[in-house]
Amino acid sequence: MSTETPEISIDRSKGDFHYDTVSYEYDAGVGLNTDTINYIADVKKEPQWVREFRHKALESFYRQPMPTHWATKDLETINFDKIRYYLSQGQKTTRSWDEVPQEMKETFERLGIPEQERAFLAGVEAQFDSEAVYSNMKEELSKLGVIFVGPNEGLSDHPDIFKKYFGKIIPTSDNKFAALNSAVFSGGSFIYVPKGVKVKQPLQAYFRINAESFGQFERTLIIADEGSEVTYMEGCTAPKFETATLHSAVVELMALKGAKIQYITVQNWSNNVFNLVTKRGVADEEAEVRWIDCNIGSRLTMKYPGVVLKGRKARGEVLSIALASDGQHQDTGAKMIHAADETTSNIIAKSISVGKGRSTYRGVVDIPRNLKGCKNNTECDALLINTNSRTDTYPAITLRGDQSSVQHEASVSKVSAEQIFYMQQRGLSEGAAMSLSVNGFINDLVREFPMEYSVELKRLIELEMEGSVG
Amino acid sequence: MSLEIKDLNVRIGENPILKNFSLTLPKGEVHAIMGPNGTGKSTLAKALAGHEDYKITSGEATLDGETIIGKEPDEISRAGLFLAFQYPSEIPGVTIANFIRAALQARMEKGSDFNAPAYYKELYSAMDKLGIDRKFTARSVNEGFSGGEKKRCEILQMMMLKPQYCILDETDSGLDIDALRIVSEGVNSMRGPDVGFLVITHYQRLLNYIQPDVVHVMWDGRIVRSGGKELALELEEKGYEWVKEAYANA
Repeated sequence: MSTETPEISIDRSKGDFHYDTVSYEYDAGVGLNTDTINYIADVKKEPQWVREFRHKALESFYRQPMPTHWATKDLETINFDKIRYYLSQGQKTTRSWDEVPQEMKETFERLGIPEQERAFLAGVEAQFDSEAVYSNMKEELSKLGVIFVGPNEGLSDHPDIFKKYFGKIIPTSDNKFAALNSAVFSGGSFIYVPKGVKVKQPLQAYFRINAESFGQFERTLIIADEGSEVTYMEGCTAPKFETATLHSAVVELMALKGAKIQYITVQNWSNNVFNLVTKRGVADEEAEVRWIDCNIGSRLTMKYPGVVLKGRKARGEVLSIALASDGQHQDTGAKMIHAADETTSNIIAKSISVGKGRSTYRGVVDIPRNLKGCKNNTECDALLINTNSRTDTYPAITLRGDQSSVQHEASVSKVSAEQIFYMQQRGLSEGAAMSLSVNGFINDLVREFPMEYSVELKRLIELEMEGSVG
Repeated sequence: MSLEIKDLNVRIGENPILKNFSLTLPKGEVHAIMGPNGTGKSTLAKALAGHEDYKITSGEATLDGETIIGKEPDEISRAGLFLAFQYPSEIPGVTIANFIRAALQARMEKGSDFNAPAYYKELYSAMDKLGIDRKFTARSVNEGFSGGEKKRCEILQMMMLKPQYCILDETDSGLDIDALRIVSEGVNSMRGPDVGFLVITHYQRLLNYIQPDVVHVMWDGRIVRSGGKELALELEEKGYEWVKEAYANA
């Protein structure tokens, strides 16, 4: 049952292009060893403590086993000796769009980045393989003391605040892929929002993989000082290559007393990207960390954004949507670690499995015995479109003591062939019928998202559904 | 201009259900198909709508001369055929207003503007006619609806999509007498020279409200007798046994 229109095939390939003509001045070569680390540290002219940090992380990476005792065996197909860990043209990150090298400029223009910046963003950073090529923020924000740069500038220009939190929220040894990222990280964002400053429009970073067999390892650290507010959005794409590509990021958020951080991900990786990301935030007293995490595409995504609720009345939230089509496995979830009284957390996870696509939810909620007045709400809903799909839910909720409360709901629903036929009988194509069902399923959650973002999400779902027909 | 079905053979799995079925439904007419359970009435409806489980093995079916065989269900729908389902599906999370809107937009040229105020005006007026509370626009399609509400919702969609040929598959089942009257009024308001109706039913009582031009009696996958509306009364009086006997002896 296929009625794909030519228009849609054009649209679907929006991210599926790359430039062979890009000549990389700096290339750490294929494979990973101590020379790779030294090469990256040399190119970046990093201080000694960063070099040591990287080497220690590499040892930790070697030491840790693949987490295949609980996660999918598919991880074993990643060949770390065949990956390129650092590629850059040696360009300087520029604030002026005109100075961005031609192929990169065209790449981001095709992906609509400059328009979005003009339309609704407070600042944009665009990363091409290992390094950012463009970074700009509205002037009034710099005047208020807001910092929005890459981690390199972060550690060289703002070492005190950078060092205080970098690698502290997610320690190098947290997991094998966090260790890998810590060893070879390049690019990403460092954001600092001073006390009481509320950044109204989102800051956005855009991550683009252009080269084949490349690993992208960006590193993001966001610090919201007391009473400040910031929303950060990241978007990711890569073209479809013959060989698998690895994206392994580490994102650390620190919301100080009364601060609010909202972190939004729109991920649309092509089908052979391994997307293995560690994300964690710490919320101090009355602070709030909110992850909005939407995973479309990739071969395997493993990502469980977490919040450590460290101060009294801190709030944590994860709203996530995962869409797994044929050949994709979305292994996603959330972690809420309650560490103070009257902390509250909310997890709403919706997954959609289409065709042979597979979704897994893993959650951790921990409320220790000594705490009072903590609350958690967890909702996991799965939608299966056709009978080959698979979905698993592994919620681990640990509530000790009797002074806190949790509630958990889970549901699995199906879009049957009869429902699709019914909608088609009203004139909707099979793809349109499927995306209408999916939108119906996630509607109540998407209402919580910023408008621009929900429109983009809806568009991506439509493309994915049209593409999965046939 | 007609819905023309000629020597249609349809199987479900390996079972032949329709056997050389033929019927001509001219625009502007209302035809009723009556017959006992298991004679293939619903199979006819699903097969014409393009359901993939109903395999058309031979024969022809055309809408105003254009074949519908081998077409996708949505193409057949956009070509002008509407099926009011006996058991309409529930679509969680998709509101009636959004669903009908999406169906209308699927019929529009790409890039043309949708006139939302005019749409809502028409939708509300149709809902009022069918006695559907306006709050239903925000409810998910058929979700948690009673049998009667589902059938009204089918007629609402039919009125909004303005098809050229409508098949009503046992729309009267599960309706109380008031709902039956309201649904029939909805259908009657659409009658005219540009629409043809095929009304599938077990019972004569629906035909008191929707007066057919022709009544067909179906048995074992084909039409065995056709006549005026008095044929329905005859069936009501005698039951279907005599059809079976007459057919068995023929």
